[in-house]
Amino acid sequence: MASINQNAYSSALPNFRNLGIVLRILVITNLFAIAAALVKVASWREFWAEVPETAALVQPLLILTVLALFALNGILKGLPYTLGMLTVIALELVLTAALHAAAWPLFGLELAPLPRSVALVFMATVAVLFYFDLRGRALSPALSEARLQALQARIRPHFLYNSINAVLSLMREEPRRAETALEDLAGLFRVLMADNRELTTLAHEVELCRQYLNIEQLRLGDRLQVAWHIDKMPHDALVPPLVLQPLLENAVYHGIEPRVEPGAITVDIYTRRGELHIRLRNPYQLSGSHHGGNKMALANIRERLALHFDAEASLDTRVREQSYEVHIAMPYVRERA
Amino acid sequence: MKSAPLRVIIVDDEAPARRRMRDLLADCAAALDIAVVGEAATGRAALDLLALEPADVVLLDIRMPEMDGIELAQHLRRLEPAPAIVFTTAYDEYAVRAFDVHAVDYLLKPIRGARLQEALARARNARAIPQGALDAARGRPRAFLSAQERGKVSLIAIDDIVYFRAELKYVTAHTAERDYLLEESLARLEQEYAERYVRVHRSCLVARAAIRAFERDAGEGESRWWVVLKGSDERIPVSRRQQHIIREVGRDGA
Repeated sequence: MASINQNAYSSALPNFRNLGIVLRILVITNLFAIAAALVKVASWREFWAEVPETAALVQPLLILTVLALFALNGILKGLPYTLGMLTVIALELVLTAALHAAAWPLFGLELAPLPRSVALVFMATVAVLFYFDLRGRALSPALSEARLQALQARIRPHFLYNSINAVLSLMREEPRRAETALEDLAGLFRVLMADNRELTTLAHEVELCRQYLNIEQLRLGDRLQVAWHIDKMPHDALVPPLVLQPLLENAVYHGIEPRVEPGAITVDIYTRRGELHIRLRNPYQLSGSHHGGNKMALANIRERLALHFDAEASLDTRVREQSYEVHIAMPYVRERA
Repeated sequence: MKSAPLRVIIVDDEAPARRRMRDLLADCAAALDIAVVGEAATGRAALDLLALEPADVVLLDIRMPEMDGIELAQHLRRLEPAPAIVFTTAYDEYAVRAFDVHAVDYLLKPIRGARLQEALARARNARAIPQGALDAARGRPRAFLSAQERGKVSLIAIDDIVYFRAELKYVTAHTAERDYLLEESLARLEQEYAERYVRVHRSCLVARAAIRAFERDAGEGESRWWVVLKGSDERIPVSRRQQHIIREVGRDGA
């Protein structure tokens, strides 16, 4: 769970508790149902009559499927792939038969003949499983690791040279501060140059951000003010490395540096309903800001979040009158002890 | 040959960078006769300082808030005599590329003492940086315009200018408070600020944001359109050729 590269790729059932997987099952199956209805009918008018009839079988079946797979996820995961696949197919057929048996006495519904439903459900199940296998291969560790590596966050050269210059300015009169600054810089670059494919703890990421901000503080002095609201932060939460630091770098570059007056960056980190939320706000003026650069860092973080958490993570930005806000939500995952 | 010391001013928004430059200049003092006459953290402060303390060389950081180094260099051209400018930058691909093309001297931070000494020695006889080089290096329109008044450079924030009018040899900039004489051409201003100003007739650019409405004369014979400005009774005629702007500005929500 700590990373997506635990083992080399071999076919495996997807994680049926992942929201993205569940959504995919729903969408694909419904497309199948519509296709089946289309094949069966002769005209559009018939089609509209056929859709609810198909739905009567498909929707309850889907709900039961999703619930059953959610419940059985742990067991399925333990089975070899072929056995797991057969179990899922068997489960579907049993659910279909059960629905058929219950449809008339319980709901007064007359469904299509059982053999036809069984055939359709069988085909749909195999197709969905085949799709997940293909998708698993496409996102296999080899491939997604290559993508993650290419997505290594890059620091602005501007920052590196200005920081070195700031350290040089301290050398003669304040050697101790120069030492601390170099240590911070080394800590930051150790992470920047590391292999960042594994998730890291939130506490680590925040520490890294503090080192980064110390260096910026050296250059910008009182112009840079940071308010951390992290009392309720879960220190053990696992996050992609460099999920927050590039955002702070953007905030400094676009929000603080273009201003003569001091400006404040606010960071809120908290959990809510099993989700980890990171909110970052910085002052922003449309006219006075530098352009470019910003979108790349955001796209990079968004893609890394997607590779780690699929549809369960999100990154949104909002431009207000005087401020710019980034909001990240991701599942609250902890390291297994 | 004994000559007056080279008078140097440091302009950089970051205090450590200014301090580092002072250290380096002190190191150069053994080989070159240098006097640091002051330092400034913003373009505006630099102009104020130069009004009091004329300088031979300005060591000028490119990336600064409010008014960047490139823009300040353009305003410094109005000084007489204009100081030589040596740009400093940590990394500014865009400007640096333009300077390479136009052979303008710049120093990359962190700066080496020897390189600084070389630039200062050259600066004494340097020619003014050509306008074209600054235009090419600048990524965005100037935030201020400048006017030479009684030996001092006055800055006019572009946000404050309601309209420009071309008069014989000069262009005047009109703000709510007063008018300024500029050494600019209307065509160049129109090009630089195409998003802000609209040409209402051959010799006048009006800020889109300052337009309250358009009015038509109810007079007899040939009727005429006028621009009515916000917060002022002044009206500016719209030429027949430019009447299409009435619809355009109206549509963009004047």
